[in-house]
This record gives sequence, structure tokens and C-alpha cells, in this order.
Amino acid sequence: MTTANNLVQGLLLGGLYAMFATGLSLMFGVMRLVNLAHGDFAILAAFLALVMVDGTGLNPLLTLAVAVPAMFVLGYLLQRGLLNFAVGGDGLAPVLVTFGLSIILQNLLLELFSADSRGLDAGAIEDTSLALGRLNVGWFPLLTLVTGAAVLGGLQLLLARTRLGRALRATSDDPEAAELVGVDHRHAFAMATGLALATVAIAGIFLGIRTTFSPALGPTRLIFAFEAVIIGGLGSLWGTLAGGMVLGVAQTLGAQVSPGWGVLTGHLVFLAVLAFRPSGLFGKPVTT
Amino acid sequence: MSAGRPLLEVAGLDAWYGDFQALFDVSVSVAGGEVVAIIGANGAGKSTLLRTVAGLLPRTAGAVRFDGADLAGVPAHRRVALGISLVPEGRRIFPSLSVEENLLVGAQARRPGPWSVPAVLELFPLLAGKRRRGGGQLSGGEQQALAIGRGLMANPRLLLLDEVSLGLAPIVVRRIYEALPAIRAAGTTVVVIEQDIGQALRAADRVYCLLEGRVALEGAPASLDRDRIAAAYFGVRA
Amino acid sequence: MTTLDPRAGAGLVAVAVLGTAPLWARTSVLRTLIGFFTLLALATMWNLLAGYAGLVSIGQQAYIGVGAYGLWWLSDSAGLDPFAAVPVAAVAAAVLSVPVAVLAFRLRGGYFAIGTWVIAEVLRLLVVNVSQLGGGTGVTVTAASAYDRQTRVYLTYWLAFAVGVGAVALAYLLLRRRLGLALVANRDSETAARSLGVDVYRVKLVVYVVAAFGCALAGAVIYLNLLRIQPDAAFSVSWSAYMIFIVVIGGVGTIEGPIVGTVLFVVVQETLAQYGAWYLILLGLLAVAVALRARHGLWGLVADRTGISLFPVRRRLRLPPAPAAGGSP
Repeated sequence: MTTANNLVQGLLLGGLYAMFATGLSLMFGVMRLVNLAHGDFAILAAFLALVMVDGTGLNPLLTLAVAVPAMFVLGYLLQRGLLNFAVGGDGLAPVLVTFGLSIILQNLLLELFSADSRGLDAGAIEDTSLALGRLNVGWFPLLTLVTGAAVLGGLQLLLARTRLGRALRATSDDPEAAELVGVDHRHAFAMATGLALATVAIAGIFLGIRTTFSPALGPTRLIFAFEAVIIGGLGSLWGTLAGGMVLGVAQTLGAQVSPGWGVLTGHLVFLAVLAFRPSGLFGKPVTT
Repeated sequence: MSAGRPLLEVAGLDAWYGDFQALFDVSVSVAGGEVVAIIGANGAGKSTLLRTVAGLLPRTAGAVRFDGADLAGVPAHRRVALGISLVPEGRRIFPSLSVEENLLVGAQARRPGPWSVPAVLELFPLLAGKRRRGGGQLSGGEQQALAIGRGLMANPRLLLLDEVSLGLAPIVVRRIYEALPAIRAAGTTVVVIEQDIGQALRAADRVYCLLEGRVALEGAPASLDRDRIAAAYFGVRA
Repeated sequence: MTTLDPRAGAGLVAVAVLGTAPLWARTSVLRTLIGFFTLLALATMWNLLAGYAGLVSIGQQAYIGVGAYGLWWLSDSAGLDPFAAVPVAAVAAAVLSVPVAVLAFRLRGGYFAIGTWVIAEVLRLLVVNVSQLGGGTGVTVTAASAYDRQTRVYLTYWLAFAVGVGAVALAYLLLRRRLGLALVANRDSETAARSLGVDVYRVKLVVYVVAAFGCALAGAVIYLNLLRIQPDAAFSVSWSAYMIFIVVIGGVGTIEGPIVGTVLFVVVQETLAQYGAWYLILLGLLAVAVALRARHGLWGLVADRTGISLFPVRRRLRLPPAPAAGGSP
């Protein structure tokens, strides 16, 4: 049953998209900043893993142990050193700076690694699958979904239960009042970006294992992350998972109709949500 | 009261909002354990003074000393760790945090002291039973109590209260001022901006009156009569 | 007797010199200038959107592509003269931009930016997947071969010149009228503008449609010059990158900024493109630095120091002379 199979594939793909969307959503939630280079940082992480794999022969999944903390630090420094100066003021600077960053990153990767497509080989896990009734569910896509849900759940827990999470939410509400209770808002912003880049590193490496990647792939990942957030609804992390799944299903079913129509179908579903339910499937209704 | 230097000393302070100068050569002194009230008409610079002490104004000249140490260049969040806590005008509680979370985030600076969530809820019974309520769902009086409680959670040595009675029913205001002695007994010095002059005179050990960014009058309530206050408040020249 | 404003005089000379370029310039120079004038038009449109209406779009390539494919379809399939097809394609783009705006305006800030990009991607994928539009391999504007090469280049040049100068003139005229005042008010404070009765939505919509028209016009001329249209190139986000870099470095929010920026960009592109992607990295770094440290760009730095304004759109209040002393206040 190809349709049923594709449905399942789409749902599992949603886990990957949710992983991409988490960081984007977090940065927007805490400091109203949309990082247009978000997808490119995922690709950067994939290339980082590639370098490590080529150098050590390790399984790419193991490189997460190095890549995730490294990207966290990169995100923290990026916010502290650059993006903190773009926040606030008129809305132009954050878009311009992160877009510029995206172009710089893509072209740097292009110069360093050439435009060839690369892949990360995770070995046997990529080829094995689980038989569920008449469906064949790949172990790796299943792992991706579980990881995506874990990343989302972990972030949700961090925001709801920890001291850092409270500080992030308070800063998101009112950065000046947060300063008055002892929260350094520049540090809080940097922690958010660090977390965002750490999560997108996981997404990037899983992407690299699942499929091929090249320096120019970042922007489409950004778009999928964005679509997952909007379809699911702003302000709801679990909604983002749902949004990712809707997008994944739309893409796989669309590709079933005609291979070139996969991504396009996803875009059209996104536009439909924007047209008829702008607050998203699970989002809080937007006032004004 | 306490021997030695004042807890807070503001000397010759000028302060600007962009190009607009809000304070001119303001000097204020607060001794440990005192309750000092600041009164004045709207726009007199009262909030500006407290915000400067809290570290929110980027452009100032003159000195602000806390327990002898100059606060120049110390960012606002560091001042909380040093023991200064400002409860801002308009309450500014965090709407997406619950009552309990608002209080917990107030303890971000992790200063030791007598204030805790149970202690604050005991001080403000109107908040008890609303621990899980979202900050945005409280009434004005509850929000003001929460804002003060959040300020106390930092276990400050100096508590700055900006316009706590604004927009609140008199009975609510009274309940809030009834909490002042307990705050003072716990060892906190309080500076409060108050629109209601009578309330200010009743609650404070000393009063400063600001007019158009300058100190127009200073003294213990007993030594100030209505005419002197009116003259300083409204700037009526004899 | 009125003396000619030196700025206007210099402008007329520049127009005269550049307008007669086919008479004195080689074909390669003409092609570079075509690139210059079309980029100038694109940058001016992006500046109108971002600098004046506060709409940061990274999806204007949608209309460049519509202009290009419109040119091809109208001239190759519908039999229109290619030079006449250019403005018609631009009108089609303007019509298309209205429902697009209705959708896109539901998003704000950075999300609006990505939304515009998604729409450009939708158009690109539609073209790629529809073989009648040439699919992924693209199409060629064969109708242009009705002209001999030299005539075609001359006519394309003058069209580009008209589009470039016209875009700047349009922006200038737009901003001098009430719309301009409304835009600047909105840019400075949307809430205040709204409270004064400025219909913010309508103002933004008008600017968006005008920008779509202008970008499609430029796009059609670009591909009238290149003749070969491929979806990945016509709908490429690189166009947005160029527009953004030009306007940010030149000076966003001024009419002179895009002119300065386009000159700089063309010079950099001509001299450094041989080094591959490094010139884009360089421009990217410059754009980021300018966006953070010199928000009014190169022109802003010049104007702040010298007070020059080539295209004055600010209004000054002139008070009537004071009444004679001794009158009642």
C-alpha cells in the first residue's frame, strides 16, 4: 500500500522537520529574531560531522557528541558578539544581518568543500526496517522521529521547569523587567541562540545521514522549518511537531503523485494554512 | 539610626533620556533601615531617579554610591546581586509565567535572606491560593503585590518602589502599605515613590520632593508643613 | 532670472551622456550598463519596500521571473513584439502581486521575509514542473531574433536606461506626494501614523504592487538582454541578495543610496568575480557591518557629513514672518 507507506514516511519526516523548526521557534520566541541563516548552520554542522568522519572513521551519530556542544558555543558567541547588536531598534537589522550571514556561510562552505553533494554513512541502521503489518518502517526514520520528539520535549521541559527556562521566558516577556530581577538579558539571548544552534546541529547531522547535502541546501531547510512553525502555529512547541508532520505528509504524498511535486505540495499546503487559518492548526489566535 | 555612611548616596546626579535632561544636580542620601518617600508632580523625575539607581539609564553624570561603592558602569542585573531591587512603575510582572514562577525568577540573583515563596505569600495573603495562576490573569492589586513580592525575592538591602498605588483601590493600597513594617523589620531599606502625599508622610521617615528634575525639599514629615510642601511640589514662588 | 540648480545641471549632463551611450560605447560596455540600470531599478524598488514601507522582502525574484517568463510567453507564443511585451509582462506581475500581498501581509518581520521567499519558490517549482513553460531546462526568447543584433542591443539599452532612470524618478515622485509622507510617517512610527488616519495597509499594498511592477520590468529587460531564461536563475534568491547588499551598503531609506550601492556593486562584480564566491563573501561581510554600524549606508555617511541631498524628499516647515512688535500674542 504505497499511500499508507508514504503517509508513514511523511509522519516520520515530520520528526526531522520539527527538529529543524525547534531552534528557529526558540529564537523567535525569546527575542523576536528570525535567523535566516538557521538552515545554513544545520548544513555547517553536517560538514563538521563530515570532517570528523573523514578524519576518524567514526559513525556520524557519534560525532553528535562533539558537534552539538561546538555548535552551542558557536551560537552563544554569535549572539553575544554579533546578533545582540542587531536586536531591538527597527526591524531591518536582524533580517539583513542574518541574511548576510546566510550568504556568507553558503559561499564559504562552497569555497571550502565545493558544490558536490556529500553524505554521511551511518552504516547498517540506514538499511534496516521494522515490519508493521503491511508497512515497512525504516529504523533510521523512526529514530529521527523519536529524536525530534525528544529534542522538542527536552526543550519544553527546560523552559517549563528550570531556572534558565524561567529566565528565558521572563526575558521574552520583558527584557528590561528581567534585568531588574537579575537576569542578564544579553546572556539569556545568547543561551537561546546556543540552544537553537545545538538543536539544529542534531537536525543537520540526521539530515546528512538520511540524504545528501551540499552548501546550497541550507535555505530550503530554513523554509521547511518555517513552514512547520507556521502550519503548527506560533507559540506552541508541540504544534511545531504536528506542523512538521503535516508538511512531511504533504510532501511525500505530493511526490507520490509526481516526483517533482513533492516540495511544491508542501508549499501549497503552507499557503493554504496561511490563507484560511493564519494562526496555524494549534496556535493561539493572533490579535490585530 | 545606623552609624557610618549612608546605604545609598546620590551626589550631583544629572540624567538624560536621549537629548532630554531629566535630572539636574540631584543629591539624595538614604541611611540603612530608613523608609524614604519621594514625592513630586508628574514629570518631576522621580521614576528617573529610581531607574538610575537601578542601573537602567545609560547616560548619567555624577555619582551613585551603594554602601560606599561607586555603581558607575555596573549593569542593572549586577546591581540586583549587590542588593538593589527595583519594583518598576506599571508593575511589569511576567504574563507568561505563573505567580509562583514570577516569584521564583525574582530569586535569580540567588542572594541569601529571609524572603522565600512561602514568606511572600504570607506577607500578601491576597496571592495565596493563586500560585499556579498566570501572571496575566491577576487583578491590578494582585499584580502589584506580586511585583513587590518578586522584588523581595531578591533579598535586597535596598528596595525601590515606583508608584505602588497607581490605579489601585484605596483599600488595596492600604494593604500594601501595611506590609511595609514587615519588610523593614526583615532588614530592608525602602525608597518609595508615592503620588498620595498624605500616604507618603504617614509611611516615611524622611521625604524628598522633586520638581522639574531638581530636589526642591527634604526633611522628616514632622518638620514639613503643608505650605512648604505645596510650594516645593508646585513650584510656587513666594 | 532663475539660475539652474547645480544638482539638476549635473543630473542633466549625466542623463545626456548615458542616454547617448550607444553612440560612443562598445557592445560589452553597453551590456554592463544594461546590467547597471536594471540592478538600479531592482535596488530602488527594494529600497521603496524596505526603507520606506518597512517590508523586508527576500522574494522579489518572483516578479523578476514573472517578468522574464511573461516576456517569453507574450513574444514567442502570443506574437507580441518583445519590446512591447516588457511592460505588459510587468502589468501581469502587478496584478499577480495583489493576492500575494494579501497572503504575505499576514506575516510580520522575519517571517514575512521568509514568506515572500516561499512564494518565489512556489513560482519557480511551478515553472519547473510545467513542461509547456519549458520545465527545468528553460526557454529562449526567440522572437528577439526578428531584430538584427546591433539594433536589438541598442533598443535593449535604451529600454534599460528608461527603466533605471524611470524607477528612480518614480520613487522620487512617489515620495514627494502624500503617499511619501505617509510612508515616512509609517516608517518612523506605525502606531502614530495609524492614529493620524494613515491607512497603513493600503499604503503598504500600493508600495508592494509598485515594487512588483518595477521588478518585473527590470526582470523582463534583463532577460531580453540575456535571451536564455532558466527557472533556477530567473527565480534565484541571489537577486534578493544583490538587491539587499546594494541597498544596505549604499544606504537604505534614501533615494541616492541605491544609486551609490549599484555603482559599487557593479564595480566589485566586474573586478572580483574572477575570484569565485569570495566577492559575495566580501559583500556579505560589508553588508553585515553596514547594517550594524552605519545604518544609513555609504550615502548616509556622506550626507551626514556634508548635508547634501540630491533628491530632497524631506519637507521643511517655513513659518510666516513674525508680526510687528507690540501686537497682541
